[in-house]
Amino acid sequence: MAETRGNGAVGVVPVVLAAGLFAWFCSFLGPISDGGAVRLAWDWVPSLGISLSFFIDGLSLTFALLISGIGALVLLYANTYLAGHPQFDRFALFLTSFMLAMLGLVLADNLITLFVFWELTTITSYLLIGFGHDTTKGRRSALQALFVTGAGALALLAGFILLGTTAGSFELSVILAQGNALKAHALYLPILILILAGTFTKSAQFPFHFWLPNAMAAPTPVSAFLHSATMVKAGVYLMARLHPAFSGTDVWLWTLTIAGGFTAVFASLLALRQTDLKQALAYTTLVALGTLTLFLGQTSAYAMTAFATFLVVHSLYKAGLFLVVGCIDHGTGTREAEILGGLARAMPITALAAGLAALSMAGVPPFLGFIAKEFMYYGGLETAASVPVVVGALLAANALMFAVAGVVAFRPFYSRPGGETPVKPHEAPWQMLAGPVILSVAGLVFGLLPGLAQTYVVNPTVASFLGSTGAAKELKLWAGVNAPLILSAITIALGLAIYLLHRPLRALLVQADAASPNFDVGWDRFLVGLKALAAWQTRLIQPGVLRFYIFATFATVTVAIGGTLLLRGAVPEDLSFGDVSWKNVALMVLIIAGALLTAVTRSRITAMAALGVVGIGVAIVFIVFGAPDVAITQLLVETLVVVLVAVALLRLPMLDPGGTRDHRPWDAVLAALVGVITTYVLLSVLDAPLDRRLTDYFEVTSWPEAFGRNIVNVILVDFRALDTFGEIAVVVIAALSAYALLRTTTFGKEGEK
Amino acid sequence: MNSIILRAGTRYLSGLLLLFSLYMLLRGHNEPGGGFIGGLIGSTGFVLYAIACGTEDARKALRLRPQDIAMAGLGLALLSGVFAALFGDALFTGQWVFINPTEDSKGLPISTVLFFDIGVYMVVFGSIIALVFAMEEEI
Repeated sequence: MAETRGNGAVGVVPVVLAAGLFAWFCSFLGPISDGGAVRLAWDWVPSLGISLSFFIDGLSLTFALLISGIGALVLLYANTYLAGHPQFDRFALFLTSFMLAMLGLVLADNLITLFVFWELTTITSYLLIGFGHDTTKGRRSALQALFVTGAGALALLAGFILLGTTAGSFELSVILAQGNALKAHALYLPILILILAGTFTKSAQFPFHFWLPNAMAAPTPVSAFLHSATMVKAGVYLMARLHPAFSGTDVWLWTLTIAGGFTAVFASLLALRQTDLKQALAYTTLVALGTLTLFLGQTSAYAMTAFATFLVVHSLYKAGLFLVVGCIDHGTGTREAEILGGLARAMPITALAAGLAALSMAGVPPFLGFIAKEFMYYGGLETAASVPVVVGALLAANALMFAVAGVVAFRPFYSRPGGETPVKPHEAPWQMLAGPVILSVAGLVFGLLPGLAQTYVVNPTVASFLGSTGAAKELKLWAGVNAPLILSAITIALGLAIYLLHRPLRALLVQADAASPNFDVGWDRFLVGLKALAAWQTRLIQPGVLRFYIFATFATVTVAIGGTLLLRGAVPEDLSFGDVSWKNVALMVLIIAGALLTAVTRSRITAMAALGVVGIGVAIVFIVFGAPDVAITQLLVETLVVVLVAVALLRLPMLDPGGTRDHRPWDAVLAALVGVITTYVLLSVLDAPLDRRLTDYFEVTSWPEAFGRNIVNVILVDFRALDTFGEIAVVVIAALSAYALLRTTTFGKEGEK
Repeated sequence: MNSIILRAGTRYLSGLLLLFSLYMLLRGHNEPGGGFIGGLIGSTGFVLYAIACGTEDARKALRLRPQDIAMAGLGLALLSGVFAALFGDALFTGQWVFINPTEDSKGLPISTVLFFDIGVYMVVFGSIIALVFAMEEEI
């Protein structure tokens, strides 16, 4: 696997783009950390109040830096990880598009703009998870992620529309400014439920968590980027964005605290259960998302500081660890924790990066992870919800994270190997090491120099919640002996114990997991049920019998129009048939005779000819009443229909081949009803005074303005040309569809060939 | 259909129908006619030809694929509508030019409306022929 060669420009351009964006966003660090904000806006659909507007403040800048920075490293990594892959160009396109969509999402200042980018991330994520589309698992995982997050997005859109109409604007900056009015509004609860449905599915909160571990079917760089550092945090981002307007109510506090806390503990147990390194990391991502959600439920300055710090530290170490797992997979050919061991000698740099990232994850001083953990406990002790529950959940989750960090990043490198690896372990090339090393070292640097993270990341981010850059609590490694420090010590002791006992614990967890309901299987059942429902209703509504369709259509018309007439009781008055000439009577007789013959004949050819008589009779009616254009069209259409039907007739079975005809009385009744109602409607129309305004307008303007004397044609091609254009587009579409249908249907010729 | 009389007659009838369809198309702005009617008449010419001589010959005589004609017509109609944008007018506003105006008459009018109508003609013509050919060949 000599894969040091890259993929040419396709591999390099995205890296340069991402790095350039990162540098550009860095230039905002100064002004934003001083408490400023930047807003850019263009009108998009002004009539609907939708504008393409972007807003850079502390929160969005932190996200933008994480996305572009980690994006650059992941793209560099992917360029080597997937070197020579036949579909690399496609991969690079998807990943770059995802990155841009994600940047758009976190920078958008308009709900609709945000939603469009939100869906773009859903779609690109679908394509990336399904990158290995030749496997059933890849396709299933991709579809699952798409369905779950897509369904949530629909709820989100509904929530956004309610929110936009309630607040009177789709601009986030306007909405956030009227938080108290929103909270008091009657629609607060529906809006909250809909938006949380969107964010919980996107950020994989329980009970929508099951799609995220499956999403690990994607190539490792994708998991590192989308499913740990960025996309899954889109839900977290949105909750954070709306925090100033929505937080502070009991519903918000308890929903987020319970969902987040439960997800964190539940997922950390499942993480310990895994033996596949990547799966274990996937579940710890759920832990992190749960923890972040929990803190977004709170409103205290400590909780917000904890959120900001943990957000950054998690992205750094988790993306780093995913990339490390990719290096291990790449260097040994397996990700199975039970086999791997003693890799430190063969992969020293990977081991170093893994160790640094894992220490940050475990929350050991002097890493930023330690500071984040301290603040979690500060925040937990100040919660407005139940302190023992929150702190207990945090303690459990953190201790389990400590153990998982050991399993994922310590054991493979320093324990004895459990078996032969498929490939002789070797170190990864520098392009693949750059990401993990930079990310894990960043965790250490920020820990040693907390002022750096404080000024540029934590203060501005917290300012987005609390309004001023001074609101954040001070990050420091040593804050004296206090409750959080003691809790930290307990965490580490507990984590160490769990790590040492993780094998027997894992066996227990496997049993417990097998006994508890499996959401993944439930998902499959749900899909099967949905398909059965669809099949049932299709059989019911679309039996494939043309007679049924026509009957249903006309029955609907009868009920709708007849019902309206009965209810409104419109009765035509002043009916006089004095000016009906013998000419008109003769035509009427001709048409009625044709219609009757069509209905009673047993021969198709006769029926067709009789129907032609009706059509030509109608054409003559048009001529008699002075509409030559319509008459000509009617005649030509009749002619062509006869030709088309005659061609088709050759293939059709005989009329009513010896079967019963018990449906015919019903058909007759329906036909008679339709006839009566249509006549009644026409008479009612004639009864009303004719509005000649349009007719007069066209008569007057046709020649001077459109230089034509044939008003019908002038209307068609000039006055109402757009309508005509729509109609001819329909004609083309109909013809092409019919053509395609004819070409793909073989009419039983299969057997003859 | 194998009929010598029909085939011999069709040679002349088809041509006449096509010519007549153009006449109907061009006079449509002032007298009964226009793109829809012209397209319908033109297509009957080819439908007749296909019935008499078979679709293979009819396709050869047509040279272009009927679907392409329909699509080109749609494109022409759209272009003649978008053309108004060059003059800052709303979509599908007719633009007129009069060639050789004299004292008595305005001259020969040429307009985007005419091209729009030609587009309509091509759409109707191409769509119907595409459908009839496909049916004939399928059955």
